[in-house]
Order: sequence, then C-alpha cells, then structure tokens
Amino acid sequence: MSADSSARSPPPLTALSQWLGDSVSLLGGLGVLLGQIVRHVLKRDFDERELLRSLHRMGLKSLPIVTVTALFTGGIMVIQAAPIVEHYGAYGLLGWGAGFGTLREIAPLLTALMINGRVGANNTAELGTMAVTEQIDALRALAIDPVGFLLTPRFLAIVATLFLSTIFADTLALFGAAYAGWAFLGIEPGIFYRGLTTGLLGFGDVAHGLIKSIVFGIVIGLSSCHFGLSTRGGAPGVGRSVNTTVVVSAAGIFVLDYLLSFALL
Amino acid sequence: MIRLTGVSKSFDRAVLTEVELYVPERCLFGMIGPGASGKSLILRAITGLLRPDRGQVTVGDQNVLAMGDLELNEFRKGIGMLFQNNALFDFMTVAENIAFPLRRLFDLSETEIAARVAERLARVDLPGFQDRLPAGLSGGQKKRIGVARATVTRAPIVLYDEPSAGLDPVTSQKIFDLLRAEQRASGSTVIMVSSDLDRLLTVTDRVGMMLEGRMIFEGSTDELENASDPRVHQFVHGALDGPL
Repeated sequence: MSADSSARSPPPLTALSQWLGDSVSLLGGLGVLLGQIVRHVLKRDFDERELLRSLHRMGLKSLPIVTVTALFTGGIMVIQAAPIVEHYGAYGLLGWGAGFGTLREIAPLLTALMINGRVGANNTAELGTMAVTEQIDALRALAIDPVGFLLTPRFLAIVATLFLSTIFADTLALFGAAYAGWAFLGIEPGIFYRGLTTGLLGFGDVAHGLIKSIVFGIVIGLSSCHFGLSTRGGAPGVGRSVNTTVVVSAAGIFVLDYLLSFALL
Repeated sequence: MIRLTGVSKSFDRAVLTEVELYVPERCLFGMIGPGASGKSLILRAITGLLRPDRGQVTVGDQNVLAMGDLELNEFRKGIGMLFQNNALFDFMTVAENIAFPLRRLFDLSETEIAARVAERLARVDLPGFQDRLPAGLSGGQKKRIGVARATVTRAPIVLYDEPSAGLDPVTSQKIFDLLRAEQRASGSTVIMVSSDLDRLLTVTDRVGMMLEGRMIFEGSTDELENASDPRVHQFVHGALDGPL
C-alpha cells in the first residue's frame, strides 16, 4: 500500500461508524420499501399483468436450474453419507437422513441461492436499467407509482417463485437421493421411502423449510427491488447494484437461516 | 401558465440558484444553455419529480411544492413529458407504450385507445409500427414514439427534454416542426429544452437561457438574437471568444 493511499484511509472508528450508519440506512430503506409493498398488497393496488409476466419469467424459467440443483444435491448427500451408512449398516435410515437435511435446510437454502443469482440479479439489472434510462421517472411523470406498478408484482413473484421452487426442489432432491441410494448403495426405493415416512420425519420438517423459503424470498425480493430502484450512474451503476444485491441477499439469507434455525427448533 | 419564483436546489453543490421563470399559457418556450446548467432540472421541478430546497413552483393556480402524493399524481395527469433519452418502456410494444398513459389514467374503451394510438402514430409518421419493440427502432423513431406518448393524453402542458438529441439535421427539423404543429393544434403550453439552437429558435415564442443554475435571460426569440448580455450573445452565436 502506498503512503498516499494509507493517508487517505479513514480511522477505524470513523470507518466503523460509517459502516454502521450505512447499515442502518439500508435497513431503514428496506423497511420503508416493505411497508409500501405491504400497503399496495393490502389495497390490491398492483399491476396483475406484471405479476403474471413476472411469475412466468421468474418462476417457470427458473425450473431448469432448480431441477439440476435439486437432483444433484440429493445425490451428493447420499454419496457423502454412503461410507457411514455402509459402515453401520443403517440402510433404513438413509431416507430419514436425506429427508431431514433436504427438507429443513439444503433445499430451501440452495434454491434461494440459485434464485438469488438468477432472478434477484436479473430483477436488479432490469430495474436499474429502467432507473438510469429514466423509465422509472417516466412512470412517476405519468402519475404511476413504480412501487405498485413494478415493485410489488415483482416482489410477490419472487416470494411465490421461491416458495413453489422449494416444494419442487424438495421433491426432486429426495428423488435424486433415492436414485443415488439405489445406484451406489443398492438400497431399494421402497426402503428409502419407508425411511422418509415411518414417523421420524413430519409435516413440521416440511413447514420448517417452507417458512425459510418465504423469508428468503422476502430478502431477495426486497433487496433486488431496493438496489434496482436506487441505481445511479449508468451501466457501471447497474453492475454495482447487481453485485450489491447478490452479496447482500446471500449474506441476509445465511444470517436469517441461522436465526430461523434456532427460532424454529 | 407556469411560474417559478426563487427556486433553488443543492445536492453536493448548488444546481439551481434563485431561478425565476414565467411561461404564459399557450406559449412555446425554449430553454437553452450549456450542458449541466440546470435546464432538465427545471422540467423535473415543474412535474414535481424534483423538490427544490427553496422557492415556489406554480402551474395554473396550483402550488406544486405544496402537493401531497395523491394531489401530485392527479396534477401529473395534465402534463405530458418527453425525456431526454425517450424513456420508452423496453418490455412494451410501441402501441403499448403510447397507450400506457391512456390505459392507466383514463377510463377509455380499448377501441378508443386503439384509435387514439393509430392517430398518434400517423401524426408522427410511423403508421404500422404498433407491434414493434423499442429495441428495434432507430433513434429518430424512438424520439417520435416518445413524442406520441407525451402528447397522447392531450395534456395542456407538455415538456420536451432534448427532443432532437442524437438526430441528424433533417430529422431534427422534422421533429421541431412536428412539435410546433402539435402545440398549435392543441393549444398546449410547451417548454422545450434543446441544445439545437438553430432549429429550436425557428419554432419558439419565448426563450430562457440557463447558466450554472441561474436563469440569465428570459425574453422573446427576437430579443434573444439581440441580447446585450455577452454570455447570451456568445452562446447564441457560438463565438469562441467571450466570457463563457
């Protein structure tokens, strides 16, 4: 580091207070946006055509990436568990083990990260481009509230996409795990299925993951809309906003996953 | 009538300083000045997209700065605006872009909307472009579609921000003639920001010049040509020597 750049660095306390200030400001901005979106939802004051269009673009078009992620994740879990299962001969517990990890943690988490990368980044890029090309201002000039017209439908579509994708991913990951158990350990799908359904797993485990998926959807929807709408500075600004969305959403997902795992025990 | 009184705005520096502006009803007012002199900000202040730190913005008998969100939305229904880079909605076709304010703000049948869109497209000399997407249009075509959208509601006030930016001289002149004809036909009050002085001054009734956030000249187009302020004179005649 050059002496010059070192001289420009703010003192640690200043940097810390600036970081805290920025964080509080960000949380405040996200809270205000959430409040506006909730108000539009309660008044049913949002564009339903945009909601359907967003569900198609965000939900249906995410199916391939969710499918690949879920199938291979289920398989990988069995491959990792195979030595222990074989060592102890706990073939009957494979279904429970795969189901427990998949339903409560792996499927909602990995699906959220994939949707964050695909849908959240795309949403920020679109909104950011609209912001820097004055399309958002044009909406306001036309007496149309961008929160009702653009943000609320997209937010709802992201939350719905993640919730439904997680159900889809749960199913496919278990299918992938059952297939991997049969292929690598010779465990019949019937035995795997009984491990899932003999009482060790319950609806609570499914609900645990689905509640997480809703919270993760809110995080991705809020941050992608917030950073998209507040984009400034042309194409580099759009790039920065997309980057910030992906990083902030991923960090938020992990932090909230940690907290929810305690809260939902 | 549009009136700005003592309008000031600062971000990290002052961008508007004590701006005074009066645009009479049915006037085509041209706004000129070097880049970053605050011209576009004036348009934003008139629509309520920019809230000045000080001053008054009055449109008709309405005080724009005293309006809440709902009043502002109602007020904006009476304003058409063309943005500098057109601000056409990428995900909508040409027809959807033009019809957008009609669908959202007025209670019109689809037949009426389709007729109004077709009439506007014919007016801007782009019939048959209904189903095109903005990405497939040239700069001049986008500008014309922007004009069609800005005028489709027959708003009594229309604001054009750089309507000829990036266009060739012939297309620019066509755009200015079109806007002048539109203004005469509708009797609207128009403010037009442009750097294309040669063509702008062929259509304006009155002109204002902004410099570094201040309105340094306001008068008729003829008065501008003979302005005594050396800054105005230099800018209008494109002279290299002078205070600018």
